[in-house]
Amino acid sequence: MSKNTFCTYETAWCPGCGNFSILDCLKTALEELGKDPYEVMMVAGIGQAAKTPQYISANTFCGLHGRSLPAAAAIKIANVNLTVVVDTGDGDSYGEGGNHFIHNIRRNVDITHFVHDNQIYALTKGQASPTSMEGLITEVQTDGSMNTPLNPVLMAIAAGSGFVARAFTGHKEQLVSIMKQAIEYEGYAIVDILQPCISFNKVNTFGWYNKRVYELDSSYDPTNKLDAMQKAMEFNDKIPLGVLYREKKSTFHQKNVVLKSGVPLLNQKTDATIVKSLIKEFI
Amino acid sequence: MYNLLIGGEAGQGIETTTAILEKLLKQSGYNVFTSRDFMSRVRGGHNFSLIRFGTEIIQSHSEKLDGIIALTDETVELHRGKLNDSGFILCDSTLTTTDSRAIKINMNEMAKNLGNSRAAGSIAVGVILKLFGENLDYVKDVISTFVKEQYLEINLKAVEEGYKSVEIRFPHLQGKYSDWMILSGSKAMALGAIAAGLRFYSAYPMSPSTALMEYLASKGDQTEVVVEQAEDEIAAINMAIGASYAGARAMTGTSGGGFCLMVEALGLSGIAEIPLVVVDVQRPGPATGLPTRTEQSDLKFVISASQGEFPRMVIAIRNHNDAFYQTIRAFHLAEKYQIPVIILSDQYLGDASATVKPFELDGIEVAEPANTYEGNEEYLRYKYTQDGISPRLLPGKTNNFVSIDSDEHDERGWITESSEVRNKMMAKRMKKLENLRKELQEPEFIGTDSFETLLVGWGSTYGPITEAVKILNEKATNKYAALVFGDVYPLPQKLLKEKSDKARRIINVEQNATGQLADLIREQTGITCTESILKYDGRQISGEEIAEHIQKEDLK
Repeated sequence: MSKNTFCTYETAWCPGCGNFSILDCLKTALEELGKDPYEVMMVAGIGQAAKTPQYISANTFCGLHGRSLPAAAAIKIANVNLTVVVDTGDGDSYGEGGNHFIHNIRRNVDITHFVHDNQIYALTKGQASPTSMEGLITEVQTDGSMNTPLNPVLMAIAAGSGFVARAFTGHKEQLVSIMKQAIEYEGYAIVDILQPCISFNKVNTFGWYNKRVYELDSSYDPTNKLDAMQKAMEFNDKIPLGVLYREKKSTFHQKNVVLKSGVPLLNQKTDATIVKSLIKEFI
Repeated sequence: MYNLLIGGEAGQGIETTTAILEKLLKQSGYNVFTSRDFMSRVRGGHNFSLIRFGTEIIQSHSEKLDGIIALTDETVELHRGKLNDSGFILCDSTLTTTDSRAIKINMNEMAKNLGNSRAAGSIAVGVILKLFGENLDYVKDVISTFVKEQYLEINLKAVEEGYKSVEIRFPHLQGKYSDWMILSGSKAMALGAIAAGLRFYSAYPMSPSTALMEYLASKGDQTEVVVEQAEDEIAAINMAIGASYAGARAMTGTSGGGFCLMVEALGLSGIAEIPLVVVDVQRPGPATGLPTRTEQSDLKFVISASQGEFPRMVIAIRNHNDAFYQTIRAFHLAEKYQIPVIILSDQYLGDASATVKPFELDGIEVAEPANTYEGNEEYLRYKYTQDGISPRLLPGKTNNFVSIDSDEHDERGWITESSEVRNKMMAKRMKKLENLRKELQEPEFIGTDSFETLLVGWGSTYGPITEAVKILNEKATNKYAALVFGDVYPLPQKLLKEKSDKARRIINVEQNATGQLADLIREQTGITCTESILKYDGRQISGEEIAEHIQKEDLK
């Protein structure tokens, strides 16, 4: 395989699934950034979206449902030279993994989080997800989902994330551009990618999204937090796409005393003389 | 051998006074063992430490007291029944006790006059040193490591005043342990992890495991260890697995409740074959149980925790040497076999201080993952091999992809539902146990082969059982012996079978209600323990207590 070329493998997704566009855009983004596949680390939990790492030529860590973020953060902590990208779904990221979502924003390890948000649980065949709209009828939510949908981008901005974006699989050119910015961002970057589920979500279809989305233009200032929160709350007749919020923040590696030297943690060695001096402290 | 109790409310400085005294006594040559009994509160209640010291190696506590340092009336009332007739109760003059053994000194007032009411503890230290015929040679060095510089003079003065206020009561015994270490089980374990090359420790605070995280955090910058407080135990173990996969030697630690949350990820370590060391510092359960107390009730839980089947190793820590050396071994076995290794400690051992020979770093061996792959074919993370161990590579270090999956997977690490691959992959993983079994360490045999009654135990009851065998054999010459397990799963069976054949009775001694080791032994070997001594009140059994149960035939 030539350097900087990513292969994609045969998938098990439904024909027409939005995941294809995301996989395609991811491959393009990584190639355009000149990433070496052997230094790219794809991490996922469990779900349809979480199969993404299995379909691209890179290192892959497919762990437990909801637990992609802690594993991804620690992989980056261990080896700063890896480009760590998490691709996983709305259930995995906001449901089972909700606690990790909040706290990895706070931790601010330099990883990129692409959430394939189809507002439904697809792997388990169509139950409400944290982002499902109120009233969505499923085989479990038989009277319609009664819960207020989570607004992940608003939450990410409020929790202190320095890079928050919203994208749509129907706007591939923009998606590639956002993905590249997210990967390049120093710190935890989240992109909530709206993606139709053609099998189980009959409400939020491609057409439903396509009618509502619009791209933020250059007049929008993503560094103003209050404006960003206001934009993040738009999810009705109009849905803005683009980088909603951007702020330069110190990363975990920059703040951590052991890591800030830049030497990858896994290359550090234990100094026997220090261990001996620790032993001496107890004598 | 002497035994001293220091008791009072949480927040009264018992912990500092204990730490100063145990270090001073050790410096003067004694072998010291200190156990700590405290309530789950920051202020008030009743806490105490037991400092046992003598010229022989001490590995457990005793309840027979030579002295009590009482900071409250409650301390006197609760413990005076265990005090020898010739013993003493050191307390402030304001305490109400009329016990004839009381030595009342107006320590609080003296401290106030010196300019710091918190120096009362140092006055007590001075009194104790004098009562036991010690000198003041080590006082300055030791106290200066515990109090801030601006309070050092006052505290040194306080020790001197205390020293002057009494006469020698007990003869000084000259031990040879001043060059040894004194430290807690949890600190010994943390040192072991550092010596083994730990790079990443993630945990969520939970008594009684937090001491491990605190020590590692305090030395992390110096030893190049990243210590991360996770948002919960699920994150803690998933982080440790992620770091280990990427090549940083990783460990997580918790107590039973936190281990419950880690269980799914334990299986991830198993199926994805990612080396992992997990410490469970046990406390009584279920649920929140008794948070600051001790128990050995997680054995059957940790040997079967997580759905499905995968090879794992469980090592129970028996004493402070184990805490250091077995932790290193845990890292070695985890790496060598690419499995999760669980270390079982408990509150008693974790918080107790013991006097041990300075730890040796020579001969420490910890396996490393391969750092190159020279083959012409594609690198296969889960390659089928003779011994079930596939060469481990680290992602990003070579021009090979390293793919792991929690789903069943093929040699490449890609998910599969093939029955053929499933069978081969399962067999490959389980095959690792064959060699692991060959390097299991047999339980320690205590006693001689003339025994009739065999005691069996595991982990932290090692000290008490050792002492019980000694007490029992004083009256019934060499009729008692014991086997105490460190490696507990897979269960080493050779010595057990050999000794149990000779035993007329087998009594399991455990800190739980159901006899979990006895169950495991019966399940794995068919050997049945004839009687049990089981304790589950959250307080560690002593050697005297075990001996008494046996002498009185008070068995289950």
